Amino acid sequence: MTKSRVFWAVVAPTAAIFTSLLFTYIILKIRGVDPIEMFRLMISYGFDPRNLVSELNQTVAYYMAGVAAAIGFKMLLFNIGIDGQYRMGAFFGAVVGAAVSLPPILHVLVIILTAMLAGGAWAAIAGYLKVRRGVSEVISNIMLNFIAAALIAFLLSPSIFGILPEGTQVLQTRSIPASGRMPTIKAFDGEIYTFLFLAIFVGVSYWIMLNKTVFGFNLRATGLSFRAARSSGVNAPGMIFVTTVLSGAIAGLVGIGTLLSDTHNYSMAFPSGYAFTGLALALLGRNHPVGIFFAAFLWSFLERTAPVLEFEGVPPEIIIVLQGTIVLSIVVAYELVSRINLRQQQRAVGSVSAEVIDKDSKSVKETK
Amino acid sequence: MKSTDTKSTKKLTMRAKTFFRSPARITLFIAGIFFIISFVELLTGATDISSPGTSGATLRLATPLLMAGLGGLWAERAGVINIGLEGMMIVGTWTAAWFGYLHGPYVGILAAAVFGLASGLFHAILTVKIGIDQAVSGLAINLIAAGAARYLSGIFFPPVGGDRTVSPPVESMPKFNIPFVAPFFKSIDEKEIFLVSNVSGLIYGVTTDLSVMTVALLLLVPLTSWILWRSKFGLRMRFCGENPMAAESLGINVYRTRYIAISISGMFASLGGAYLAIVASSVYREGQTGGRGFIGLATVIFGNWRPSGVFAGSILFGFTDALRLRQSESVMALIMVVGIASLLLAIFYSVSRNWKLGGTYFAMALFALWINQRVEVIPQEFVTAFPYFATLIVLTLLAQRLTPPAMVGLPFKRGSE
Amino acid sequence: MNVLEISGVEKKYPGVVANQDVSLQVRQASIHAIIGENGAGKSTLMKILYGLIKPDAGIIRAFGNEVNLKSPQDAIALGIGMVHQHFKLADNATVLENVILGSEPTRFGFLVKYDEAREKLKEISKNYGLEIDPDESLANLGVGERQRVEIAKVLFRGAKILILDEPTAVLVPQEVAELFANLRELVKKGLTILFISHKLDEVLSIADEITIMRRGKTVASRKPSNTSKKELAELMVGGELPKPKVGAAKISSSSILNIKEASYSRFDKREILNKVNLELHGGEILGLAGVEGNGQSELVELIMGLIQPSSGSVEILGMNVASHLTKDIRNAGVAYIPQDRQRDGLLMTAPLWENRILGHQFNSPMAKSIWVNKSAAVEGSKSIVAEFDVRTPGTNVLASALSGGNQQKFIVGRELSGDPKIIVAAQPTRGVDVGAQAIIWDHLVQARSKGAGILLVSADLEELFSLSDRIAVIYNGSIVSILNPRETSPEQLGLAMTGASKS
Repeated sequence: MTKSRVFWAVVAPTAAIFTSLLFTYIILKIRGVDPIEMFRLMISYGFDPRNLVSELNQTVAYYMAGVAAAIGFKMLLFNIGIDGQYRMGAFFGAVVGAAVSLPPILHVLVIILTAMLAGGAWAAIAGYLKVRRGVSEVISNIMLNFIAAALIAFLLSPSIFGILPEGTQVLQTRSIPASGRMPTIKAFDGEIYTFLFLAIFVGVSYWIMLNKTVFGFNLRATGLSFRAARSSGVNAPGMIFVTTVLSGAIAGLVGIGTLLSDTHNYSMAFPSGYAFTGLALALLGRNHPVGIFFAAFLWSFLERTAPVLEFEGVPPEIIIVLQGTIVLSIVVAYELVSRINLRQQQRAVGSVSAEVIDKDSKSVKETK
Repeated sequence: MKSTDTKSTKKLTMRAKTFFRSPARITLFIAGIFFIISFVELLTGATDISSPGTSGATLRLATPLLMAGLGGLWAERAGVINIGLEGMMIVGTWTAAWFGYLHGPYVGILAAAVFGLASGLFHAILTVKIGIDQAVSGLAINLIAAGAARYLSGIFFPPVGGDRTVSPPVESMPKFNIPFVAPFFKSIDEKEIFLVSNVSGLIYGVTTDLSVMTVALLLLVPLTSWILWRSKFGLRMRFCGENPMAAESLGINVYRTRYIAISISGMFASLGGAYLAIVASSVYREGQTGGRGFIGLATVIFGNWRPSGVFAGSILFGFTDALRLRQSESVMALIMVVGIASLLLAIFYSVSRNWKLGGTYFAMALFALWINQRVEVIPQEFVTAFPYFATLIVLTLLAQRLTPPAMVGLPFKRGSE
Repeated sequence: MNVLEISGVEKKYPGVVANQDVSLQVRQASIHAIIGENGAGKSTLMKILYGLIKPDAGIIRAFGNEVNLKSPQDAIALGIGMVHQHFKLADNATVLENVILGSEPTRFGFLVKYDEAREKLKEISKNYGLEIDPDESLANLGVGERQRVEIAKVLFRGAKILILDEPTAVLVPQEVAELFANLRELVKKGLTILFISHKLDEVLSIADEITIMRRGKTVASRKPSNTSKKELAELMVGGELPKPKVGAAKISSSSILNIKEASYSRFDKREILNKVNLELHGGEILGLAGVEGNGQSELVELIMGLIQPSSGSVEILGMNVASHLTKDIRNAGVAYIPQDRQRDGLLMTAPLWENRILGHQFNSPMAKSIWVNKSAAVEGSKSIVAEFDVRTPGTNVLASALSGGNQQKFIVGRELSGDPKIIVAAQPTRGVDVGAQAIIWDHLVQARSKGAGILLVSADLEELFSLSDRIAVIYNGSIVSILNPRETSPEQLGLAMTGASKS
């Protein structure tokens, strides 16, 4: 029984990625482009050391988003608010970082903590609404994302936190002094963010917390069965709130790598779209820190090598479609697999109606 | 007795709701608002709130929101959340622009409808038949639609000055002024009589330069109401959202009903996009939808899952959007209007001893006053974020009173007991 | 004439015979009650009659003709309507909409003729005394009214035979009286009612004929005029007297669990527990007998701190439940074997060794400060598997892979480890095979001899008689009597459980 589960767990994502690649193959063929040649070009370009460096740096950001999403998923929460939380984290990290002056390591620590606090606090709004009012965290987070963007755009205005240095068109926060910067590792004409190591540390901690600590056990239990967790003594609604905040805190770190090692300030140039990416990566990586890392790298790789397509007259945006297709195929594959597993189980147990694990675990209102 | 206890408390909460139920009272309320608006305009000289320009712009800006909202409504009433509205709108903008460019605006709209239907059906199959998470499906559709639009733009659009993010222009649809009505109200507006002119100006604004498509799309509101509450399909669809198990026990094919409803949802969103490309402008432009799909979701909540509510929400959000583009004193004046209205409502509710509502409105009035005194200019960003903020407030304060379809968003498998 | 004739109906599931050789004759325009304990086979029979389940064997005749029901739609077409125990209604719709859904009269095939439907519903309401307002929003209706809407649903579709499944389970006495009045109206108009219940008082007052089911068979049929509660109870539970297996008890004098005047109401204001008084001592097994739905589940949740009493107090091991968390209660040495083992007792999609931790994750040996002690969990689960003969390929398998009986053995093993002071066991051997049952009973008795106090909530009379030192009976949310199993007969217990007597 377990062997077949492992089998399906590997086959499903592989089949899904394969399907998506096949889809891209067909599209490229229609354009009169040789897909194999394209893939070869992309791979050689993508693994060119210079590009590898920027891919790694982007992986750091994506990885944080993926871990944040994974924490939510373990509690059956859909943290679509990563966009807003990440902005809050990056912005306030930048502002506070520029406003204080501390010895180097402490300074960086303060920035990181501020970012986590800001992201966590923003997520807490959605968490509160879910636990106390039964509001779907998807809806409230979507609203909060837009509000965050507007709020930060406002705070970036020159009269408040924004400045417009010489020669730029983009409003940004004040620059963080040297003591608040993280060094980079110079490699192949590029600079790798040292935040990478912190990110890996976060990923590992996430895994350890989840699987080795009592808190992690309670978290997973509440996600697996709200009622069983409650009966075992876990404060289930409280757990939901804490998990939301934790997920938001990690999301707050998404932009920190860039902030500490590259731009040293926050501006509207900071990209968006981390929410879906984070969720997609967590799904692809099955909420496993190593899986998410590979998925994050795959994502950055695809994005970085997309311009290669342009040389052959293929608009690079096809990569976005590919990414969306990969996510869909994987999710569909998982769903189909779980159905197959269920049917196997039913046959094995021989009962007439096996019940799928309750959706009760999604509803908080039950406790009232 | 116990059951009568619940009855009497329910009747109390109904009283507050029923204030808005009778047409007479709604008219009175709207008349009152206009009175206040006219008063404030006179006071502050910010004449833009009820100017024809503003009202015309409101309608133009509200219509795509309305379509997104109706799209969200159709899906949610059947029990499925459609986060992919934004993507389906993008589908509409692109297909309407491209096919419109090739074969004229009417074909463009038709194309948008067809592709929107298809994208809705896609979402339906993924979530209903295969059973994947509704939010994941919606998000994936948003991404794929955005990517596909940009990709196809690169391939098909002839470069317009080297820019492949804009489509070649589409021939526009006819616009008209409502005969007799428009000039009549224009003349009254020009006379500048207090209140009457303001209202006339408003009416003039919405009866001039009216696109055929606007009128057609607006008619979808009463059509939706009619279908939902008068037709067999509508009744069954509503039950799919309220209690699919009950529907199934009475022999209804929940899956099939949801397929139809969600396909229509996609079609509506897509038509909203078509409107953006053909009426509101005459091109497809990358990023044209600007989050309207999500505002559509917001209007569904804001409108308490009723077509009339979605309409009201769209008008409101379209209005604030319109003001943003115009004089900034208008926004301040609007705040004053809200403040005065809140004060009057506070008095009304206090007199009828509803202290909770009275207090809330009084707080609102105070808040409006504070803004008036302390704030110079409302930043643009806040006005942009207004729809989202308003929805969040509604969710927070009124979660108890909202009546979403009881089983919306929850997975349903055929044959489950 | 008989509107319904059932003979030789059989339905088997793997390991369970739900219905065997069931026979029934129902006369037209009568109220025919079917009574039996939980698990006697009543609901299976009803589902067969309603077309939800196909019988393995047997003949069903409706209105004189043999019928083969493949779906609820078939049943309704024949005039058999089911009024479900759990209402299938939508709050956010009117009574009329709820009633006509799926059978809407239409114009042009898509417009609903609401006026026509409204008139028809009003007429049904008047004819049968249902007093429902078609345009009332369902959300405003109380439980009794909702039930009448469900009745209207089947009447609207022309039902001539109504099957009511435990209709009084959710009603307060006043509503029960109203329901009975309605039923008599329906019968006067020529309809036939099949009334499933386990409440003997009600059945005797409303039924024209009573069929008793036990262990999947129809054992007898009686008319209220020539039977008594005693006879019915006897027929329901059977005449065997199980021998108590427990030896002499060493019961401590102090009470470790003390429930005083505890009441509990749910949000819909229905009072589920009414001034319950109960005391549990160390070293005793206190059985709690009662038909399901009389408040046992809520009482158990109250004790575990999952819900709070609206009045009265629950004191456990010296702690007031109202001011302590479930976590504290468990940590103090209270073990919990929940009634719904899959929803409340296990993480179905987690491996067995992780399930060992569940409920015990707050102190050693399962946890060392903040860390989970995996090796202890694995060891612990292995020893449970050995000691309780849990049939499983290993401790890494998911809990969902085990059969129900083995899952239960594991849960019992887990809860009994660590020498708890109190064990709250709700239906601990339900759905469990005889061998597993014996093992579980053994261990419960062992725990008792070590001084633990056990609250044994059960609907299985044999279990109660075999294990309990005392048996408390709960009925309609109160403790109606406390019996000595050695001096009580099963019939007496059955009577008490169905609210017929006090002692």
